[in-house]
Amino acid sequence: MIPLEFYLILSGVIFGMGLISVLINRNLILVLISLEVMLAGVNLALVALSHYMNDIRGQVLALFSIAVAAGSVAVGLSLLVAIFDLKRTIDTEELKELKEEVSSD
Amino acid sequence: MIYLIFAYFCLSMVGITTMALTRKNPVHAVLWLLLLFLHVAVVYLFLNAEFLSMAQIIVYAGAILVMFLFTIFFIGAKELSKEKRYIKLWEGRLLIGLAMTAAAIVALSKIKTTFSGKYTISFIEKTGNTYAIGEMLFNEYSLAFFMVGVILLIPMIAVGVIARKLR
Amino acid sequence: MIEFLLMIIKTMIVFTIVLAHVAYTTYAERKIIGRAQARMGPMEVGPHGLLQPIADFIKIFFKEDIVPIKAEKFIFQIAPVIILVFTIVNLTVIPFSRDFILADINVGILFILASASLSAYGIILAGWSSNSKFSFLGGLRSASQVLSYEISLGLSLAAVVLMAGSLNLKDIVIAQHNTSFGMYALPQIIGFIVFLISAFAETNRAPFDLPEAETELVAGYLTEYSAFRYALFFLAEYVAMYIMAFLGALCFLGGWTLPRFVTEMLPFLESVPGIICFAMKVYGFIFLFIWVRATFPRYRFDQLLNIGWKILIPAGLINLLIVAFIKRFV
Repeated sequence: MIPLEFYLILSGVIFGMGLISVLINRNLILVLISLEVMLAGVNLALVALSHYMNDIRGQVLALFSIAVAAGSVAVGLSLLVAIFDLKRTIDTEELKELKEEVSSD
Repeated sequence: MIYLIFAYFCLSMVGITTMALTRKNPVHAVLWLLLLFLHVAVVYLFLNAEFLSMAQIIVYAGAILVMFLFTIFFIGAKELSKEKRYIKLWEGRLLIGLAMTAAAIVALSKIKTTFSGKYTISFIEKTGNTYAIGEMLFNEYSLAFFMVGVILLIPMIAVGVIARKLR
Repeated sequence: MIEFLLMIIKTMIVFTIVLAHVAYTTYAERKIIGRAQARMGPMEVGPHGLLQPIADFIKIFFKEDIVPIKAEKFIFQIAPVIILVFTIVNLTVIPFSRDFILADINVGILFILASASLSAYGIILAGWSSNSKFSFLGGLRSASQVLSYEISLGLSLAAVVLMAGSLNLKDIVIAQHNTSFGMYALPQIIGFIVFLISAFAETNRAPFDLPEAETELVAGYLTEYSAFRYALFFLAEYVAMYIMAFLGALCFLGGWTLPRFVTEMLPFLESVPGIICFAMKVYGFIFLFIWVRATFPRYRFDQLLNIGWKILIPAGLINLLIVAFIKRFV
């Protein structure tokens, strides 16, 4: 029987890689892809805990998380398309209308 | 033997995630992501979650990744050059990310399972995994289930509204 | 070890038989369509053209395998393999008879739905990687078609699952045999029609063969393919047709069993082996596929999506509601 820690560390590594990618990527599509990777890591931890604690609630929670992820991605991608239609770019550094002008120079 | 299989899955999942997140072409990134989700589904089978592993493939591979592909085709994303790829001042963000990852891994590896519910392997074998999930879903979590239905309805309307405004 | 060998032998038997059936389904299709159009069909190779599939096979495998110069080479080469693998893997969960099944898993129906959604990738990728406009449009059309119709297919199968109380295909057949009708096609007639129409659309068969509509798109996602990669797509299409026929026979027509009232009326039918009953039902479905192809003209693409979203999905939901009431109160 594989110890629980292995699964949890695996899920932590996958989550972390997604997190770093969300932080440093400029492209909105890649940011959304990294979010999916993060969710995969979280679901893995939920299911592993559910198995080792002999409790099926973890799997039910993972099912909810999958369902909500589908909705959130649909909204995220449609916003992405709307932004692209407006600005012809999906680069996060060029989307700064809401940023306050800093007079540093 | 089981350790060998598990080691293969660990290594390949980490490798696939790296590949998925470093591809230049977004379509290739989505394909590596598909491979990652298939691996995750197999790991779910290790954990006796057969219903969830099939749901994972149907929802993620069948719906979400196809949505990604359609969006990429729609906006005609090209290959990304390196300086356009990462944010300015990425070093600090990378450090923060690494620190958070390390904290998460340390915290996760410290978890000890003291609680043990009634859904042991022999109990689930008697009724079946799908049946057990259904029983839990429609009794204890029935309100949450309805709320997830509403949460899925709202994006459906929202996506329609956002997409209609474009034309 | 012995078990492992036995498993391999069983798998070989199933795959060989299904592939032989696929080869002669192409022959049957040409003969039947020929008859429907008042001509003979293939007659030259062998008596009544019986060796035609073998001749086709030899010809297509010795042709040159061409890859367009601007194509994504690796994905272009692997796309037909993806679609064939994810189609053919479904054969493992099909119970051909009471005790002949390769993998008796508890989530059989979900497995088939999952691999159906994965095989859509083969089509999208084939269209995208060919780097040609016709292929790309064909791939996108096919993806939206398969995704839309998978919902109505899932709804009609959900009603079956609800009635039988199991996701295991074997248990579904047994539960079906224990009802008074003996097959779910009678109480769930709406669901059966929804399933049939969705099955035609899922397998990209006429009248819904829009991804490869010759008059508009040359040959859709197949345009740039040649030689055995083209043959792999064809193989996948026919295997998918058989999978849908198996699924229909198992979930709606009672699989390898005959309804109780039939065997009571005609007792000699009791001695018919289950596999023959099953094969007859499957051949019926295959004949229907070919017959419809010979009869109906192709739909327009917006009509196709309207049928899927505005008729089949509401009908599937109504069927689910009716079945829930039957299950609760009858």
